[in-house]
Amino acid sequence: MKKILSIYCLIILIASCSNKNTSNESNNNFQKIVVVTPNDTTFGVTTTMANIKGGKYVPLYGRDSQLVTINSFSMDVLPVSNANYLAFVNTNRRWRKSKIKKIFSDDNYLYHWKNDTSIGNEMNPNSAITNVSWYAAKAYCECQGKRLPTIDEWEYVAMANQEMADARKIKSYNQYILDWYEKPKTSINPIGETFKNYWGVYDLHGLVWEWTSDFSSILLTGESRNDVKTDKNLFCGSGSLNATDLMNYAAFMRYAFRGSLKANYSIQNLGFRCVKDSVITNQNEK
Amino acid sequence: MKSKTIKFIGIIFVFISINACKNNENKNSNTNTEAIIDSAFSGESIFNLTGNWHTQNNETIALSALKGKTLVMVMIYTSCKAACPRLVADMRDIESKMPKDKLDKINFVLVSIDPENDNPKRLKAFAIANNMDASHWTFLQGTKTSVQEFANVLAVKYKQISPMDFSHSNIISVFNSEGELIHQQEGLGVNNKETVETIIKTINE
Repeated sequence: MKKILSIYCLIILIASCSNKNTSNESNNNFQKIVVVTPNDTTFGVTTTMANIKGGKYVPLYGRDSQLVTINSFSMDVLPVSNANYLAFVNTNRRWRKSKIKKIFSDDNYLYHWKNDTSIGNEMNPNSAITNVSWYAAKAYCECQGKRLPTIDEWEYVAMANQEMADARKIKSYNQYILDWYEKPKTSINPIGETFKNYWGVYDLHGLVWEWTSDFSSILLTGESRNDVKTDKNLFCGSGSLNATDLMNYAAFMRYAFRGSLKANYSIQNLGFRCVKDSVITNQNEK
Repeated sequence: MKSKTIKFIGIIFVFISINACKNNENKNSNTNTEAIIDSAFSGESIFNLTGNWHTQNNETIALSALKGKTLVMVMIYTSCKAACPRLVADMRDIESKMPKDKLDKINFVLVSIDPENDNPKRLKAFAIANNMDASHWTFLQGTKTSVQEFANVLAVKYKQISPMDFSHSNIISVFNSEGELIHQQEGLGVNNKETVETIIKTINE
């Protein structure tokens, strides 16, 4: 009996480690890796995600205001919180306040935190994390097996209000966003207290701005204006008059903001949430 | 009864063994690689980027494999008809102004912003067609995210405007042998005097 048991355990041990071995083997085929990729490790934060059914829509600004297709995906219901982020840096030391490489963030990284492992008493652990660069946000999501949303994905979910998937023509929806833009310091409010939208997602408007994976695809810098086909249409008066929907000044603000960012910026009112490609096949979808 | 107990013990073992594995792995890989990275590169070095890239010779490398030479880097894509040929010409023009005996201290790196199409084979063909097949030329194919990350370091903005076409800013960047950005030249066909001087100064340091 004991024998059987110990063999059983041995098999389990081998099986549970075998994945690791095979991945190491395939790594050996690489001819010239100097440094092993430092794998960020999971940090025990699980977050609820909402299923976002894909579809087609015309973003107000972005890829020349053409119809874009969004594949189904899941999105974090809430933005990443201070407490979530603390769990991340506790396990992944290279992303701590004092450890982060200069190339990955400016000096404002986690500016509002007391130190490497403490948020500080004045900060609410349940507020959205801000003062994080694009690199840090990206690493956090990748560590959870997720990624940052694209601009198109983010805007797709963010055009919903409580009842409708696309509320961009609803006056109260636009007014809510514009009112928020005028309110100072909403970033210290706790997450999950703004409205729950059509998809079950909170806080896309009303709390903090959020990083997107391809924020830098908005071509607007003084230097590149001459030699790149910039998104002039986004920003010049005549261009914005041509916008698909005149009402949506709010989206214009977001695109202008994204266009002004650099990946190493850590900003007080800029946080993030993660998304994941949908694993649900068409069969399972209604 | 007995079989139940065994099952139970078995399940416990599954948990223990999985955890043990993971913990070991975490501890080892994390502390080691962190230590390596911490000691090896300065905070501003692009060698801190951890993505893997394929060269035109089908090698897989991390950017840190480029350590030790002055790097002149540009982002292009091979199917590009507009700006890229001029950017490539600018790179060749810079190369032609380098002292021939110092070429082994410089690496001219062309990074594709179109990793889906620019595979090693295609990059190799492009290198040969453009007379850029000497050992001081490197062409890199990344992944969507590694390219995004790298472009963000260079502050190169790009976006796909059609399946075949990207628009992008035209920047040639110079890094010292530690991977720190020291100079950027922006625009097409601009006077490259300053860039050339910077590179020569860097290789003589």
